[in-house]
Amino acid sequence: MGSSDKVLSYPAELKYVKTHEYVRVEGNDATIGVTAFAADQLGDVTYVELPKVGQTFKRDEKFGVIESVKSVSDLYMPCSGKITAINEKLASEPEIVNSDCYGEGWMIKVALDNPSELSDALTADGYKDFVVD
Amino acid sequence: MTTMQLKETPLASWHRENGGRMVDFAGWNMPVQYKSIVAEHMAVRTKVGLFDVSHMGEFIVTGAGAHQFVQFMIANDLDKLTGPNMALYTQFVMPDGGTVDDLIVYRRQEDYLLVVNASNIDKDWAWLKKHIDSFQDVDMINVSDEVGLLALQGPHAKDVLSALIGRSLDDMKAFTYGSGTASGIEIGFGRTGYTGEDGFEIFVKTAETEKLWKLLLQAGAQYDIEPCGLGARDTLRLEAGLPLYGHELSEEISPLEAGIGWSVKLGKSDFSGKEALMRQKENGFKKQIICIKAEGKALPRQDYAVYAGQEKIGIVTSGSQGIFVGYPIAFAMVPAAYAKVGQALSIEIRGSQVPVTVVKRPFYQRP
Repeated sequence: MGSSDKVLSYPAELKYVKTHEYVRVEGNDATIGVTAFAADQLGDVTYVELPKVGQTFKRDEKFGVIESVKSVSDLYMPCSGKITAINEKLASEPEIVNSDCYGEGWMIKVALDNPSELSDALTADGYKDFVVD
Repeated sequence: MTTMQLKETPLASWHRENGGRMVDFAGWNMPVQYKSIVAEHMAVRTKVGLFDVSHMGEFIVTGAGAHQFVQFMIANDLDKLTGPNMALYTQFVMPDGGTVDDLIVYRRQEDYLLVVNASNIDKDWAWLKKHIDSFQDVDMINVSDEVGLLALQGPHAKDVLSALIGRSLDDMKAFTYGSGTASGIEIGFGRTGYTGEDGFEIFVKTAETEKLWKLLLQAGAQYDIEPCGLGARDTLRLEAGLPLYGHELSEEISPLEAGIGWSVKLGKSDFSGKEALMRQKENGFKKQIICIKAEGKALPRQDYAVYAGQEKIGIVTSGSQGIFVGYPIAFAMVPAAYAKVGQALSIEIRGSQVPVTVVKRPFYQRP
């Protein structure tokens, strides 16, 4: 169900999971958001429900909800860890998920429990193949 | 992918080639959006938008007995159409008060044109056929496959259509019908719509639908016209307080319960459903569609539960972001006792009770 009209980007330096979150790893810290594919499929994002700083999650646990005019989806942790920051800007400008999902539209920052958990995450090319099929 | 063969309008290829995100709507392969629902919604509120609604059904009723037949089948009063080229919004109602469909009836020079919901074409046809034999001198044909229908909606709709047919539409009243020629294409059009804005629904032969679509987009370019999908059509009609069949109207929901009693004329001669509707009016109805404004940002959606205190009293029938008004809105079905404007209720959204208030219909009224 790939979109034929828009070219969606998947930066090579990120890791991806099949629930459509990306992870930007910097040492033991990670920044997490949703992929361009997810943002495009959801359409106009109206609301992002995020956890509180200090909460801990296991990999694959639900950490939030993303809602668009069209639909609502759960957000899942690509890796275990403790929330160190949330993107406060999403409360007033949820549409930045659509305009800049890998930059301004990030969702949470996490202190990783176990960075090796991400060894089986998808590469940009692997994720691209996954969403095109 | 679904294995069922989806029906397509004459514009299906155009939609696919121009970024339309295609979905299955009532068995039709239709665009839910092109750019974005928000952008398309705002275009219709502030400029002009163009919708392909060729999936809708059209029946033509002719003959000396056509008036009597149509008058019996609808809950509004056909006699309000005092001359040709006039239209009204109405419903087909079952003997128990449930709604078969809602529709627009156009009285034209020689016939009546009935425009029905795509999802109900077969059901409506069977319903009308079941009754037509009791009337003399009346014929009905289903021209749904021969007719394309485009909805041009928004404050600049009049300017766009007027430029295309080469005459002023300033004097054309809402719910009237006219005809014209656009670059050699014969069109008929009602000053009607489903968005809460001024606009036109334009009938054209199937084979000329794509040509007309492109002409309208060209003529609308100076007003930044946007092609719009069914997503924006839904958010626009919701904001304008208009019911959608299968949500706020159904075989279980009468037009009175849906809150559109203004279109039901119990004083007219006998019609299908009249007795049941009279009983509902006299005895009061138990349940009712209400308009809800929700607090916060989470959106109320179809089938979410509505609560009065601890008690579950009803369900959301349609809900979304009110894109122009700027807050979450919904229609819900609740017992009539909770339907008063100002009533505080709550909706369960993902396990939390979100406070909501019953508000006056519509959410949006054009200035």
